[in-house]
Amino acid sequence: MSGRWSWFNITSVVFGFAFLYLPIVLLVIYSFNESRLVTVWAGFSTKWYGELFRNESILDAAWVTVRVAFISASVATVLGTLAAVSLVRFTRFRGRTLFTGMVYAPLVMPEVITGLSLLLLFVAIDFARGFWTVTLAHITFSLCFVAVVVQSRLVSFDKSLEEAAQDLGCPPFQAFMKVTLPVIFPAVISGWMLAFTLSLDDLVIASFTSGPGATTLPMKIYSQVRLGVTPEINAVCTILIGIVTTGVIIAALLNKRRAMQDDRV
Amino acid sequence: MLRAVTNRLVILIPYFWLLFFFLLPFLIVLRIALSDLEYGQPPYAPQFSFSDGWEVISEKLSRLDFENFAFLAGDKLYINSYLSSLYIAFVSTILTLLIGFPLAYGMARAPENLRPILLMMVILPFWTSFLIRVYAWIGILKREGLLNQFLLWLGVIDAPLEILSTNKAVFIGIVYSYLPFMVLPIYSTLEKMDESLVEAARDLGCTRIAAFWKVTARLAVPGVLAGCLLVFIPAVGEFVIPDLLGGSGTLMIGKTLWIEFFNNSDWTVASAIAMILLIVLVVPIVWFQNAQARATEAGR
Repeated sequence: MSGRWSWFNITSVVFGFAFLYLPIVLLVIYSFNESRLVTVWAGFSTKWYGELFRNESILDAAWVTVRVAFISASVATVLGTLAAVSLVRFTRFRGRTLFTGMVYAPLVMPEVITGLSLLLLFVAIDFARGFWTVTLAHITFSLCFVAVVVQSRLVSFDKSLEEAAQDLGCPPFQAFMKVTLPVIFPAVISGWMLAFTLSLDDLVIASFTSGPGATTLPMKIYSQVRLGVTPEINAVCTILIGIVTTGVIIAALLNKRRAMQDDRV
Repeated sequence: MLRAVTNRLVILIPYFWLLFFFLLPFLIVLRIALSDLEYGQPPYAPQFSFSDGWEVISEKLSRLDFENFAFLAGDKLYINSYLSSLYIAFVSTILTLLIGFPLAYGMARAPENLRPILLMMVILPFWTSFLIRVYAWIGILKREGLLNQFLLWLGVIDAPLEILSTNKAVFIGIVYSYLPFMVLPIYSTLEKMDESLVEAARDLGCTRIAAFWKVTARLAVPGVLAGCLLVFIPAVGEFVIPDLLGGSGTLMIGKTLWIEFFNNSDWTVASAIAMILLIVLVVPIVWFQNAQARATEAGR
């Protein structure tokens, strides 16, 4: 679509983005507030960041969260890519409708249902709740997001390239690894990043499936937020926002460079 | 031969994972929803076991009393929670559409070199923690918060507005958190649209507004539908937003389920709530899946 970018269009874009970004910007600004009262500005200070790095329970929770996110994102990326390949390449197999349903449903399933049902599964099979139950739960819901991201790239991939490799004597698995995977790799990487941040973010599913000794950072933040807004929490949030923003921008730049290289070929 | 085995494994590994970690848990929720509450660990007494065999199960099923469901139907709190969740999700979806459509439309009409940056700016907040974005609003909306300070300073109001701990705050929270889900599908349909269709309508005598309604709005319907479903379905079961921004008067079913489970340790009622929530959402979920599947087939 093109056409004139009217004043109405510009205004709605500016207002939309102001709405999206203003709350986050205010939160970041107030993490540097001297005063303990979050809404009264009393001068610039980084003391809450110092407090944060002396707060061991928050650091422990952060470490648990990063490990859960790393493991679950990596496993979910492998499973999600396999699911995407199944959906795109095999248009007919027994139970495909059920499979499609199971891949798409978790995308919109309310988290309370997913969390409760997974917890009841772990109780039913008598699996001790803790680090691994959270990880398994995160793998399950993020693999569907990976599958959708990879699938959208795979749909537009020219299958004849892989067939050509096979005609030239390449076994199917190798043809996939050498021809298809490099092409869909950016999508696989974005799938991994999406899975990582989803896991980093999740409060509801983690609260249901977690057990003693496996408090994640969102669970920690939530329990503190219930007691009121504090500058330490603003500081934690600012650090998380910083990490995620840097990651997304780097990924976008890498994608852009790749796209430019592709154009030159 | 080897090829057939590899192919089968590609399907079977994720298939079995989802069967075990997604479908089986639902059957367990159903079983517990039909169980009786018991004081113990775990706090329920199953009425049947999946290893009984089909005949025994069906015989036992015919004797079930559905007491948890009867309990839900008998208590106004639960019915009101469902209705109020549907109402809050519906109003929020409409509000999200009213803000999201002009934004997506403006983005689609932006100069081409600007569009990737705008697109990334919509996606970026989606990557930032949901909890953080909801938390950010507490400091803005509370009585002595930034919004009231600002409005008082402007002189628009004389006394601070009560927004936090009301349904208004919940609407704002849902619109804010789910806005990217509305903008992205609408943007992708509008971006692909052929502008010459609008020009043709104008040449044939349509006013600018008539051309918008007759051409642009019609063609954007799939994107609008996908966006609305992506907002509505999760919003019905939302927990974090009503819990942090809403007040004690804000009834939402996700919050009720959470309270039954964590505060009252009533697993059987929590499971029954989840089952009914799922039944309420099954129509929009299937609708969403069909739309997704159709979009994928079209992209092929």
